[in-house]
Amino acid sequence: MVDSIPRSISRLVTALALALIPACEREAAPGTAAGPERARAPAGAIQPAVATPEDGEWRMPARDYASTRYSGLDQITAGNVSRLQLAWTFSTGVLRGHEAAPIVANNTMYIVTPHPNILYALDLERGGALKWKYEPGTARAAKGVACCDVVNRGAAYADGRIFYNTLDVHTVAVDAETGEELWKTKLGDINRGESMTMAPLVVKGKVLVGNSGGEFGVRGWITALEAETGEIAWRGYSTGPDSIVLIGDDFRPFYEADRAKDLGVTTWTPDQWKLGGGAVWGWISYDPELDLIYHGTSNPGVWNPALRPGDNKWASSIFARDPDDGSVRWAYQLVPHDMHDYDGINESILLDMPIDGRTREVLVRPERNGFVYVMDRATGEVISADTFGHVTWADSIDLRTGRPVLRPEAATGNRAAKNVCPAAPGMKDWQPSSFSPRTGLLYLPHNNLCMDYEGVEANFIAGTPYVGAEVTMFAGPGGHRGVLAAWDPIARRKVWEIEERFPVWSGTVVTAGDVVFYGTMDRWFKAVNARTGEPLWQFQVGSGIIGQPVTYRGPDGRQYVAILSGVGGWAGAAALGIMPEEDPTTALGFANAMKDLPDYTAEGGMLYVFALPAGDSR
Amino acid sequence: MNRRARWILLPALIATAAGAAQRPPAESRVLRVCADPNNLPFSNEKQEGFENRLAALVARDLKARLEYVWWAQRRGFIRNTLAAGACDVVFGVPSRFDRVLPTAPYLRSSYVFVSAGTIAPAITSLDDPRLRTLRIGVHLIGDDYTNTPPAHALARRGIVRNVAGYTIYGDYREPNPPARIIEALGRGEIDVAIVWGPFAGYFAPRERTRLRITPVSPASDGPAIPFQFDISLGVRLGNDSLRSELDAVLARRKSEIHAILAEYGVPMIAAGAQR
Repeated sequence: MVDSIPRSISRLVTALALALIPACEREAAPGTAAGPERARAPAGAIQPAVATPEDGEWRMPARDYASTRYSGLDQITAGNVSRLQLAWTFSTGVLRGHEAAPIVANNTMYIVTPHPNILYALDLERGGALKWKYEPGTARAAKGVACCDVVNRGAAYADGRIFYNTLDVHTVAVDAETGEELWKTKLGDINRGESMTMAPLVVKGKVLVGNSGGEFGVRGWITALEAETGEIAWRGYSTGPDSIVLIGDDFRPFYEADRAKDLGVTTWTPDQWKLGGGAVWGWISYDPELDLIYHGTSNPGVWNPALRPGDNKWASSIFARDPDDGSVRWAYQLVPHDMHDYDGINESILLDMPIDGRTREVLVRPERNGFVYVMDRATGEVISADTFGHVTWADSIDLRTGRPVLRPEAATGNRAAKNVCPAAPGMKDWQPSSFSPRTGLLYLPHNNLCMDYEGVEANFIAGTPYVGAEVTMFAGPGGHRGVLAAWDPIARRKVWEIEERFPVWSGTVVTAGDVVFYGTMDRWFKAVNARTGEPLWQFQVGSGIIGQPVTYRGPDGRQYVAILSGVGGWAGAAALGIMPEEDPTTALGFANAMKDLPDYTAEGGMLYVFALPAGDSR
Repeated sequence: MNRRARWILLPALIATAAGAAQRPPAESRVLRVCADPNNLPFSNEKQEGFENRLAALVARDLKARLEYVWWAQRRGFIRNTLAAGACDVVFGVPSRFDRVLPTAPYLRSSYVFVSAGTIAPAITSLDDPRLRTLRIGVHLIGDDYTNTPPAHALARRGIVRNVAGYTIYGDYREPNPPARIIEALGRGEIDVAIVWGPFAGYFAPRERTRLRITPVSPASDGPAIPFQFDISLGVRLGNDSLRSELDAVLARRKSEIHAILAEYGVPMIAAGAQR
């Protein structure tokens, strides 16, 4: 709600003088974003680490290796977006939560549905007509091992192929032109509680993927497959001895305490790392210059934390790995000995940013635990960590040690804890943010939820009664449950924010037209001014939005914006009764915080594509 | 994979076949039971578990034909089976499990210590100082705020470094995945396991080495961690008429039920004891 843009911009301009040269090198490709706005507020002080020419396509969910979700297209602007119209639609024929980003390449759009993970190819030259459809035959039983709805976060396009993961732990490659299955590789087993929901990243001929399933006591891993053949090139685990984590001679963590041998074993009680969680179900970024990939890991198992004294490495951590062999260059644990379900799987946005008078190569991570981390992506040093909402579990992150300064009253395990913020889904869950080099701002979709943790209740699995914590979630300060915020990573504060009724469980996209797009669970697709947060346009869709918006240039040269609607996910499924009752995640109390969701939406997967009226731009 | 896939296909077929009439005439009545196909001593696909035996007994009493809907009894079990209308009854739920409508309890049992023969006298109390040094096995679940009562109770006492966890889910391709913990005890990899009584009563005698079973005391660790549970049949919420029928069957067949449970070595505790 605070609009302090003038100050923010002046800060940016000051910084510009100090960082002009790298900015010029990374100027956007010709023929893109060069509107009048650009002259008025020249960016450049802060730039994506990876220069990605604007080709009008959207080949991976984050659009580029730096994970900016920034489009250089500028036909749709803050000035004309109010005239945006529905261009075409497509029903996926699938219910449940649609979290995927549509992928656009060669005038074709590719959509992956939740389980049963159908892949549709839609012909953009024929108004979205179905080109082909591929069904991987995902096992129905896989629904039984999905913790939080049977979602899929999308596909990736590379070299004429579409790659994506199925809930029953396979990665598939499909010919982008014909829909023919090129290979299908089994990476794990639903019989051991594993599943897959994340979107792959394709780097140097390798398809990088990771597993889900911490709720079932799985051990997390990231795996690289050869894009050509589907053969497994390497696998790095998140827990266990260095040899299987792929920590070797090149390992140079920034913090001294992280340099000991086999921390993936010694920070656990004997053998408990084998059930230790650390699943890799979120986002991966890639820096081609440093030749490093960045990915996070989920929270440690098992519940409760008193059973696993120690830091529980490398759960709730960030890894920097060599994409060729998976070897770890550095690692940093965001939350040692997690007690609140704070996964560390969120997106790393790779930026080159002026800090204290020089340009630093950083990654910026708005984390589930409520802090925005700015880290040196070459070394793993935490440069800053600031809260972006109401946080009660820790006071701060100690930059000397890298460790959070905990508040004892928020500890869980063998004791009750009241008003712990953020709640288990975090200040921000998987829903990805975007970054505009034009404004220098990050656009964070996030939650505003707190929780009480108390007592236990009887439940059962495999004939065995067991007991769990009773967690009640509720809106944080202000009473709203969701926020879209613009965050200035240089000034380290929010520039503006928009309060939403429900958690903002959709991703965001920002364009060279200075428009931010996002969706809400109460069925609105919205456009706001990237500089001011001023609402510019909204459209009511059929079901709540938890997907990722994208924008592309159609074969007719016009700019389009696409989003999947279809409510669900952890935030939606419990409240809608589609992932109900005996699920501990429901016991975790998200349903309690979402009781009124059914008043606003029901299920239903549908693609919506928008454009300005023909001939109407600028 | 293949075995599993076949089990999973069943619900749709059965739901279609039996969905036509709510209450068919007595002679064609079908009792649809949802059960785990791979979880002795409770149930399996060959109907060798005591829940299978109870189901047969109840069906016979109701003059109903027994049909099974097989589904792994883990997260989503109730959602995908009973709540989805695929079956009428589940044969073992804690009586205080509020996602189903439970019958009167037919069984009360306890978590138990299963001690290797070398441990004398056998462990009976969570406060036995030997628990600080013996190698203890417990069933563990996942990272989502739930676990077995002994796991919580040991954690409360700071007994963790000598505790080995065995996942309750196990590898579902193997028979009876939770049984690995008793096998480890038989092989001498741990000294004592703390597990749910009916499970121990069935598997402990099957090991070559002598294992002793003693109920966990105290019966409840503080107000929050009970070790004794009443177990009921569960029907769909709102299906009061079936519950009444089943309650009547349980009362009529009490002695036969007890005989079946005894045959499986289920450690029984008098109903109403130490709540």
